[in-house]
Amino acid sequence: MGVAIVLALVVIGSVVFHFLSPWWWTPIASNWGYIDDTIIITFWITGVVFAAVVLFMAYCVLRFRHREGNRAAYEPENKRLEWWLAVGTGVGVAAMLAPGLVVWHQFVTVPKDATIVEVVAQQWQWAYRLPGADGRIGASDVAHITPENPLGIDPKDPHGQDDVVIQGDNLHLPLGKPVKMLLRAVDVLHNFYVPEFRAKMDMIPGSVTYYWFTPTRAGTFDVLCAELCGTGHTFMRGNVVVEPEGNYQAWLQQQKTFAQLQAPASTQAKN
Amino acid sequence: MVVIVLFMVLMAILAGWWLSRQGLADKPWLEVGVGVEAGGAKLPVSPTAKVGLGAFLVVAGSLFSLLVSAYSMRMDMADWRALPMPTVLWFSTGLLILASIALHMALIAARCDELGHLRSSILAAGVCSLAFLTTQLLAWRELAASGYFTAANPASAFFYLVTAIHGAHMLGGLVALCRTSVRAFALSATSPPRAVGKLALSVELCALYWHFLLLVWLILFGLLMRWTDDLIAICRGLLT
Amino acid sequence: MADVTHDAAGPLSAAEVDDVELYHPKSWITKYVFSQDAKVIAIQYSIVALAIGLVALVLSWLMRLQLGFPGTFSFIDPDRYYQFITMHGMIMVIYLLTALFLGGFGNYLIPLMLGARDMVFPYVNMLSFWIYFLAVLVLVAGFFLPGGPTGAGWTLYPPQAILANTPGQQWGILVMLVSLILFIIGFTMGGLNYVVTVLQGRARGMTLMRMPLTIWGIFTATVMALLAFPALFVGAVMMLLDKLVGTSFFMPAIIAMGERLAHKGGSPILFQHLFWFFGHPEVYIVALPAFGIVSDLISTHARKNIFGYRMMVWALVAIGALSFVVWAHHMYVSGMHPAFGFFFATTTLIIAIPTAIKVYNWVLTLWRGDIHLTVPMLFALGFIVTFVNGGLTGLFLGNVVVDVPLSDTMFVVAHFHMVMGVAPILVIFGAIYHWYPKVTGRMLGDVLGKLHFWVTFLGAYLIFFPMHYIGLMGVPRRYHEISGMAFVPPSAATLNEFITIVALIVGAAQLAFLFNLVWSVRHGRPAGGNPWRATTLEWQTPQTPPAHGNWGKDLPVVYRWAYDYSVPGAAEDFLPQNQPPTPQPA
Repeated sequence: MGVAIVLALVVIGSVVFHFLSPWWWTPIASNWGYIDDTIIITFWITGVVFAAVVLFMAYCVLRFRHREGNRAAYEPENKRLEWWLAVGTGVGVAAMLAPGLVVWHQFVTVPKDATIVEVVAQQWQWAYRLPGADGRIGASDVAHITPENPLGIDPKDPHGQDDVVIQGDNLHLPLGKPVKMLLRAVDVLHNFYVPEFRAKMDMIPGSVTYYWFTPTRAGTFDVLCAELCGTGHTFMRGNVVVEPEGNYQAWLQQQKTFAQLQAPASTQAKN
Repeated sequence: MVVIVLFMVLMAILAGWWLSRQGLADKPWLEVGVGVEAGGAKLPVSPTAKVGLGAFLVVAGSLFSLLVSAYSMRMDMADWRALPMPTVLWFSTGLLILASIALHMALIAARCDELGHLRSSILAAGVCSLAFLTTQLLAWRELAASGYFTAANPASAFFYLVTAIHGAHMLGGLVALCRTSVRAFALSATSPPRAVGKLALSVELCALYWHFLLLVWLILFGLLMRWTDDLIAICRGLLT
Repeated sequence: MADVTHDAAGPLSAAEVDDVELYHPKSWITKYVFSQDAKVIAIQYSIVALAIGLVALVLSWLMRLQLGFPGTFSFIDPDRYYQFITMHGMIMVIYLLTALFLGGFGNYLIPLMLGARDMVFPYVNMLSFWIYFLAVLVLVAGFFLPGGPTGAGWTLYPPQAILANTPGQQWGILVMLVSLILFIIGFTMGGLNYVVTVLQGRARGMTLMRMPLTIWGIFTATVMALLAFPALFVGAVMMLLDKLVGTSFFMPAIIAMGERLAHKGGSPILFQHLFWFFGHPEVYIVALPAFGIVSDLISTHARKNIFGYRMMVWALVAIGALSFVVWAHHMYVSGMHPAFGFFFATTTLIIAIPTAIKVYNWVLTLWRGDIHLTVPMLFALGFIVTFVNGGLTGLFLGNVVVDVPLSDTMFVVAHFHMVMGVAPILVIFGAIYHWYPKVTGRMLGDVLGKLHFWVTFLGAYLIFFPMHYIGLMGVPRRYHEISGMAFVPPSAATLNEFITIVALIVGAAQLAFLFNLVWSVRHGRPAGGNPWRATTLEWQTPQTPPAHGNWGKDLPVVYRWAYDYSVPGAAEDFLPQNQPPTPQPA
């Protein structure tokens, strides 16, 4: 009796907690509402299965617990029932997988008009690079990294000269425009993660990874590192500011290009 | 990871074939008694040691498939620089083939109870194997002498790793071969047939193991000599 | 020892032939220390695994103290915190769960349940334990070496794992890799034994389809482990070379803290593939023995045959096979080619089907059963609840696009603790309560057992169920403290405090279990040979605890499957596997 009640309470408690607790995802600020929808579908399907299985178990424990003189039924198998359950499970799985794969297809298909933002991670800070007037970012390699050129931008690549370099400052993004985040790391694995955008991807030294999204809500959001990167992992933070086009352009005008940053360094070197 | 997946598929097919002969679709609750088992009586019973070695070879096969997988995955990257293979490797390949043949002859001798042939074949196999290991060391030295033992060249690191793991397996085999040859030399014409039978089994296991090492080496050799590049390219083409 | 008389009519299995050559201990040392008896080795494995597991439990307390009460325990700095999570994870997954299920339960149950006298290679079996013991010692040595154990996370991802700025990079990572290599060598020795014993050592009449599901689970898991562990072996050897010799298997050109390293051209992703090619099967290496054991617990204590035995066997084998083609679902956000996501999400969700079938069959076994709510049964029920919960959250993480926001958050932590931490541990407890009478001849205390169950089961659920929601908010895992995040409401700190307090209570409850374990050896109620009235062979031994060689003079002969409970017409509600059929009146 007691066991059955506790099992039922586990289900009821879980459901109540799910709906009433204050801990839920943070309001979305990107176009990936579909991901949230897929999560909701998954919550419903799995929740129903969980409640059904555990409540059924509670009922069995209540109804068929040992009493003097009881004897269990003898039933080695029931092929029909087993196949029905398997097919039903298959349908449930397909109902979760199909929307998931459709949304994943969108997630990995970058729209043509997405602007590029490069994120460069190192222990334990973020730096960013935006393409200049030519709309392209120059080549880069760890071999070019020097104290004056911390992102390793190829000084010989003409496309790199007008790149906007942002170091020790927040990233700003224009509202409502798709961006393709190019992700690089110079030392160990990192992961550029903004919970409100719902997207994340590891950054691997030696290669460039990416994801895309469209910011849909103005505001300042936390940037977290989501891949263990050494002692300072917890404190590898930053902010990203999503703002209307006008504010964004005003901010952009204040930033320095790679050529501008290099100029004082080369004059000093000549002296 | 194509190679290891192929290896796993092969193992799955083997396991599936074996399981299909074990009466997995029987309804065990309907059968009471001893005589009903599907396999048991009909199938020849393999010696336990042989089954054990077979299982170990599967594990070793998985290990080498993973090495090959890692190697070919790395080879596929843009900055791969191939290594000039020392010609002495041809020599070592020949030696390993000879060792394998010698052990097979030892097996035939053991089955025909020809103790003299058995002893000489085992010795020949042992000498060839030791010579194989020595030539591998020579190849290592040759590469190191020509300056390839550097941290920044993955091709050379893979070469050393692959040959070292193969050589370590060979060393383990040599321990078993030593014990077998000690038993072969302790045996006399008056020994009980049971002892002779056990020796034949040991020789058979050694032979099996050496054939396996030879097969693995031929695959590794082909990979190191880059004969398998086309094959790998085809595999990759199939996947994408 | 007298030679065994064989029934000339029947086919000889290796189990019978081997007895003549069975090693018999001559002194105390060879009987209890360097023993070749699988039962003694099993107990050695179990004690070492539980002991090292206690270390990992204490580490989890320390982590929880930091997360629940950040700043209060100043000695838990980020370095130590990362060392704790790494050692906790590695110990629990490999040195406790894998070793206990396969080395502990495998060694004890395989020969006994199959009607063999011992493992087929007893000497190798002994070596297996001692190499495992050495691996544990090497691992623990990390705590005492300069710099402490490695803090690279249990996944040991390079380049971070072997670089400065990661705690334990002088010695910790080296002993970790060496210990893993030793563990794999030792495990391979044991694993070959388990597999070959199942293949060769079965008693007469014990067909594969008459084997208890416990054996099926352990057997399938061992086969998988033998195939999967080489991947970790290769990865560990390569990383060791990267660290010691300076090769560049996993190390690209790197500038770490302004310093240019000599490495060039390595691939960090290669390690991840190798690691997860081992790591995913590893989940099932832990889960499948648990599936098998829990099937037998439910069947025995519900006095009913396991529902759909054949489907259970097929599902086990199918899960084992499928688990080798899903590894990259741990790498959806690793930067691998996005096209892989479609393939691996599909295979991952397909695995849910055989797994779900197993769950249905467990609960359908309860239906119209005669359920004895013994302590092992309670643990089995607890397993089903936690396993279903953890398995279902796996459907979130396996579905590639849902994984994107959730991966690397506390949701993942909650998920895998529920599904491969709590659930298998509950089975381990249930199994210990179930087989302890066979091992010692005495029952474990019932009252303490029930107390242990309720605190552990409800406590663990209270710890990990709410933790999912912290992850859903977006709190990343492996964070030393959860602070300074604008999107996290202050109430989350209260939740973290609550989780920590429950974790301390659950941990303390394990002391009651340990006390029970030790106290009952001497003072437990005498159990008799077959206290649960079970059908399988291990309960039919002539002595309890079974003597060396298990079966006395004659090996058992098996006449029926393992689940003849409540057979209509039978006088008792169970028919042991070795009970001959009653002659039918013609």
